[in-house]
Amino acid sequence: MARMKFIVGGAVIVAALAWMGFVGFQESKAYYITVDEYASMAGDLHGKTVKLAGDVVAGSIDRTKPRMEFIIESRTNKIKVRYIGTDIIPDTFKDGSKALVEGNIAGDGAFEARRIEAKCASKYEAEYKKRSSS
Amino acid sequence: MAEFGNFCLLFALCLSLYALFAALIGASQRQPRIVKSAEKAAFAAAGCTTLSFAALLYLTFTNDFSISHIAESSSRDLAVFYKIAAIWGAHDGSMLLWVFFTALLCAIVIYQNRSRYRDMMPYVLAVLMIDLCFFLSLNFFLSNPFKQLTQVLADGTLQKFMPADGRGLNPLLQHWAMVIHPPILYLGFIGFLIPFAFAIAALITGQIGTTWIRTTRRWTLLTWLLLGAGLLLGGKWAYVVLGWGGYWGWDPVENSSLMPWLMGTAFLHSVIIQERRGMLKIWNTILIMLTYLLGVFGTFITRSGVVSSVHAFSDSGLGHFFLIYMAAVLIASLGLIAARRSIMKSERQLDSLLSRESAFVFNNLVLVAACLAVFFGTMFPVFSKWITGVQITLDAPFFNKINIPIGLILLLLTGVGPLFAWRKTSLESLRRAFFWPAISAAVVVAVVFIGGIRHFYFIICMALCTFVLVSIVEEFFKGALVRRETKGESFAAAVVNLTLKNKRRYGGYIVHFSIVMIFAGLAGNAFNRETKAQLATGQELRIGS
Repeated sequence: MARMKFIVGGAVIVAALAWMGFVGFQESKAYYITVDEYASMAGDLHGKTVKLAGDVVAGSIDRTKPRMEFIIESRTNKIKVRYIGTDIIPDTFKDGSKALVEGNIAGDGAFEARRIEAKCASKYEAEYKKRSSS
Repeated sequence: MAEFGNFCLLFALCLSLYALFAALIGASQRQPRIVKSAEKAAFAAAGCTTLSFAALLYLTFTNDFSISHIAESSSRDLAVFYKIAAIWGAHDGSMLLWVFFTALLCAIVIYQNRSRYRDMMPYVLAVLMIDLCFFLSLNFFLSNPFKQLTQVLADGTLQKFMPADGRGLNPLLQHWAMVIHPPILYLGFIGFLIPFAFAIAALITGQIGTTWIRTTRRWTLLTWLLLGAGLLLGGKWAYVVLGWGGYWGWDPVENSSLMPWLMGTAFLHSVIIQERRGMLKIWNTILIMLTYLLGVFGTFITRSGVVSSVHAFSDSGLGHFFLIYMAAVLIASLGLIAARRSIMKSERQLDSLLSRESAFVFNNLVLVAACLAVFFGTMFPVFSKWITGVQITLDAPFFNKINIPIGLILLLLTGVGPLFAWRKTSLESLRRAFFWPAISAAVVVAVVFIGGIRHFYFIICMALCTFVLVSIVEEFFKGALVRRETKGESFAAAVVNLTLKNKRRYGGYIVHFSIVMIFAGLAGNAFNRETKAQLATGQELRIGS
């Protein structure tokens, strides 16, 4: 009897948590892809949240527009990104840095980013490794 | 000095391999002398890793930048304080710290039990040495902290190379917490090896009693405390150093240290049932196995680059070895549990839903659910990549959505669990026990509500915090009153003596009290407002309403 109650109680808790998990999942899932992958599957990603990883093309950052624009690239593809977020752009974001932009595709084919994360170009480390160990 | 450190590391590996096989042979042939020699080898291995660690310390302080690890993480102008941190500021050296701690803990455990549990100890020793051998070989062969820099000359020959200065410690890591945080956290991960080793030894020798639990209780508690302290320090560091505006970001590396903590918390609670009531034996063994494995998994996440994180070392190519090791431990432990399941039957059944036992079981269920949710969320990018070929990431909203209700259920159980009696609680005694906590909680809800706060989770959290707080105060108060009556002590002395006489119970309440403090702090997050903007001179910005 106690066992039965226990199983029912446990099942209720687990089911409730699973539901919360599912709701949270729908809310926060984002596709994490590179610019190349993006180019090959752009059609499937309309209306979905995407995290796009690539390198900022040197000289492409245009701060004169009302919304800052820049181009990110991976091996063979490039895409124009328009920043529509309100957060301050991190200091590490500059020509050549690795950027992760989160947002979705805009009507004109550009990518509208609500958030930008940037890492320093890892060239420093690579150069150091090359110089020291090869 | 580099050769010396390197040699010590290799010698420690040989010694621990010897200790592993000698322990197993000694046990199977019932030769106490061979087991003794295995124990001595384990001591020697600890000595060797200590020397190896000391060698790296010396090399760091003498600015020997011919060592790759030191050139990468230290520099001439780095303060002495941070030179210590530089040892674990990069991958190879932090691995040596890990190995050093593991060997040291193994030696202490073996010394503590040198004349106890003679039938179980060889197997304990063997499990400890398997872990030590694994990490020592990774450290020596794949991430050697004594590796020297070389350069290729024009004629194609290799030559040693020593840069004029090192790259220095990443400025983000130059924070006081960085000097104590990794050592504390590592001890918090490694310590779970000890109860795990005793659990496996108990399975092999068929002594599924409570010996292995009682004898490792203090290790488990200490490890749990250090892991918790490590988590809090990590939060402090992130809050001060990283510009996230927060102390917790559900980052993979943070998650991977939270998971063993959650599982370890479940273990700490559920072994009490095995001790008191002889139930949940298989469950407890699985819990400690998972806690240990999650600790290894945490190092795997941090060092393999399988998921990207702000705290992680860059990809070190060790991932496969970790996966193989974890799979092997999992399969071997589960096989052992399956083979012994006939003697691991519960001695009793659950009597009632309103009992201490069932509160503990619910506590376990909820903690393991939280752990699974965190695991799922952390690994989802990897799983989704396997299954659909596209990486899908999950962010804070997912983790919060599921873990806030879990946390509140846990807080509720923290309050009501200790008020339930073992086996069965009568409604009358529940009414008496719940009276003041429930009234106080209701008053707090009313005050908060009148104060104009309508945030649902905040109100619930405050109510539960009050409930737990009042129930703890009441427990101390009632106990002290009884002592004052019977022993004639002053009230203050009665409170102190009460705690010292029954450390387990009242110590537990003190920990619960601190958990309430943490929850109250987390609840404040509901009112956190963060706005980032660029302002021109004279321009104003209003935050919140």
